[in-house]
Amino acid sequence: MTAYLIKGASILGGDPADLLLSGGVIAAVGVGLTAPAGAETVDAEGLVALPGLVDLHTHLREPGREDAETVETGTRAAALGGFTAVHAMANTSPVADTAGVVEQVWRLGQEAGHCDVRPVGAVTVGLAGERLAELGAMADSAARVRVFSDDGKCVSDAVLMRRALEYVKAFDGVIAQHAQEPRLTEDAQMNEGAVSGRLGLTGWPAVAEEAIIARDCLLAAHVGSRLHVCHVSTAGSVEIIRWAKSKGWNVTAEVTPHHLLLTDDLVEASSLGAYNPIFKVNPPLRTREDVEALRAALADGTIDVVATDHAPHPVEDKETEWGAAAMGMIGLETALPVVQLAMIETGLLDWAGVAERMSATPARIGRLSGHGAPLQSGSAANLTLVDPAARTVVDPRASASKSRNTPYEGLTLPGKVVATFLRGRPTVLEGKLA
Amino acid sequence: MKRHLISAADLSRDDALLILDTAEELAQVSQRSIKKLPTLRGRTVVNLFFEDSTRTRISFEAAAKRLSADVINFSAKGSSVSKGESLKDTALTLQAMGADAVVIRHGASGAPHRLAEWVDGSIVNAGDGTHEHPTQALLDAFSMRRRLGPLDGRRVTIVGDVLHSRVARSNVLLLATLGAEVTLVAPPTLLPVSVGSWPCEISYDLDAVLPKSDVVMMLRVQRERMNAAFFPSAREYSRRYGLDRDRLGRMPDHAVVMHPGPMNRGMEIAAEVADSPRSTIVEQVTNGVTIRMAVLYLLLGGAELEGGAQ
Repeated sequence: MTAYLIKGASILGGDPADLLLSGGVIAAVGVGLTAPAGAETVDAEGLVALPGLVDLHTHLREPGREDAETVETGTRAAALGGFTAVHAMANTSPVADTAGVVEQVWRLGQEAGHCDVRPVGAVTVGLAGERLAELGAMADSAARVRVFSDDGKCVSDAVLMRRALEYVKAFDGVIAQHAQEPRLTEDAQMNEGAVSGRLGLTGWPAVAEEAIIARDCLLAAHVGSRLHVCHVSTAGSVEIIRWAKSKGWNVTAEVTPHHLLLTDDLVEASSLGAYNPIFKVNPPLRTREDVEALRAALADGTIDVVATDHAPHPVEDKETEWGAAAMGMIGLETALPVVQLAMIETGLLDWAGVAERMSATPARIGRLSGHGAPLQSGSAANLTLVDPAARTVVDPRASASKSRNTPYEGLTLPGKVVATFLRGRPTVLEGKLA
Repeated sequence: MKRHLISAADLSRDDALLILDTAEELAQVSQRSIKKLPTLRGRTVVNLFFEDSTRTRISFEAAAKRLSADVINFSAKGSSVSKGESLKDTALTLQAMGADAVVIRHGASGAPHRLAEWVDGSIVNAGDGTHEHPTQALLDAFSMRRRLGPLDGRRVTIVGDVLHSRVARSNVLLLATLGAEVTLVAPPTLLPVSVGSWPCEISYDLDAVLPKSDVVMMLRVQRERMNAAFFPSAREYSRRYGLDRDRLGRMPDHAVVMHPGPMNRGMEIAAEVADSPRSTIVEQVTNGVTIRMAVLYLLLGGAELEGGAQ
């Protein structure tokens, strides 16, 4: 296996140093390292080195919706976005609710080789919210599932949620809840507020998210379990999570890049046209006040991680009237640029803070070894090199994803992933798949 | 004027007054024995109706035909649309046929906005989901003006299911543009949570508002809404928010009663109120054709009006 000497990278935005990747690990870090015989040299002057990003929330759509995405195309996009591991959500067809399906997804990830694919197991059979799926079998399988979620649907039954939280303690699992009270969100189309009232679209009220988060925090405290809250989208949710953490309860939370940047008024007026379902996502885009609260919460640690909720959909599922369109946005390739725009360029976070929230902490929540480790000698050589000075106009057709449903079309975003290494092997070099 | 009429907010005060004044001229034509004008000869107007609405479709059809336009009625029922053809494919078909204007009625809010992205012709929104119905608001304003004169400072009370009403949204916007003072009256469950940001007043008490109203517009309320707990029963709704003879008596003598139709007689409006001389409901239907003629004429830039009341 070829060794790589990365010259002059700014580790977590600090002083330039060289990193020698050899044998799948970081063999040495220092100034003025010399390349061993046969090693390739990567000039990283001006580039920031981060541990390989870890996504807790990715929809790879395979098996079942290979027209939207496959493990191969989705993980290509992940590598180009700087990710070395993604958690593949369970709402595939068939649902990832058995050891067989999660092992299939895990194996597809191995074969693709662009990043590690960690399947998420469904909490309930068929995501139906009625019976627990065989959580232990998935945990014990080759896929070693530790994150369980009915994402796309909420485990709304309080007893079932309680049992799931309790049950996964046996193998140190975590329930990642899609917090959405179903009765309060029947036929919900967008954030309930001034814009939905004007547009005549059925509202998705903040309380439908906050009520479930409050209940789940109380349940997790009661049974002493780990809870992870998916895609937090409201200022009220932030307050509840902050309160739960202040009690010392084992609650973690994620926010998506799009909820850190975009607001619900884009549905009414944007350069991409009014009622453009490119902005339709679940949970919905909220208000400027919510965006500010989410940024502050990510900065102060109330929200632990950024997760993409990369949700590919084919063109025909988005080029429709709003009400008929699918919910979701792709986001693997734009995640880091959006975080740079929303958090770094606003001074809310530095690169070390980004590394913690997009690599170390998600790896810890997912109990994923070998990822998110500090860039020091002996760590697995999972890392990415970013050019923070680059500026790119987002072109949907340039995405490695099979789908084109990015809400950032035409927007100029900062930062570009130049290289990504998975256990010392480049998956991306010079901004292209290696 | 903008190229499309999708929202009442697309109209400036000058635009709205031009439409009303043009309709006034066209109303003279409608009283002649030969009602047809040649102004849109050779132009194609497509009526694209994804929802059943015979009344609105006939109104637009009559309007286009009186202006000598070629009219194509495209009903989604029984067509390829009901077999899964997308709105976009329908749009591309219309585009290929060279429609100069597309009048669209659709059950999804925002469908006309999407259509406008895909076809070059003018889009006229004939009602989209629970969003807007701007020609209804224009014909309502036209009917009010014919009864009461200019609308500046006139007090218009709109009563009923505002939450699900495209008529209410368009009327609030247009009446604000025209300088009228609008009050919405409804049970709190049938108002959007953010209605406080709209350019109007809100009340839950119909009896308190009636004596100060120049116009009372009743909205259709579907009985099925009570199944989703918007109100307890049709009887209770009717008792608190229905317009009956007693309430009619509390209105000023000059005040008029309006309803966009179709009515639930006995629910939001008593039959004797609907049929009283204070009601403009039949005039509204007549005025619908006139106002839609004015809209099509102005959007499509027809030739000079001939024989109008210059």
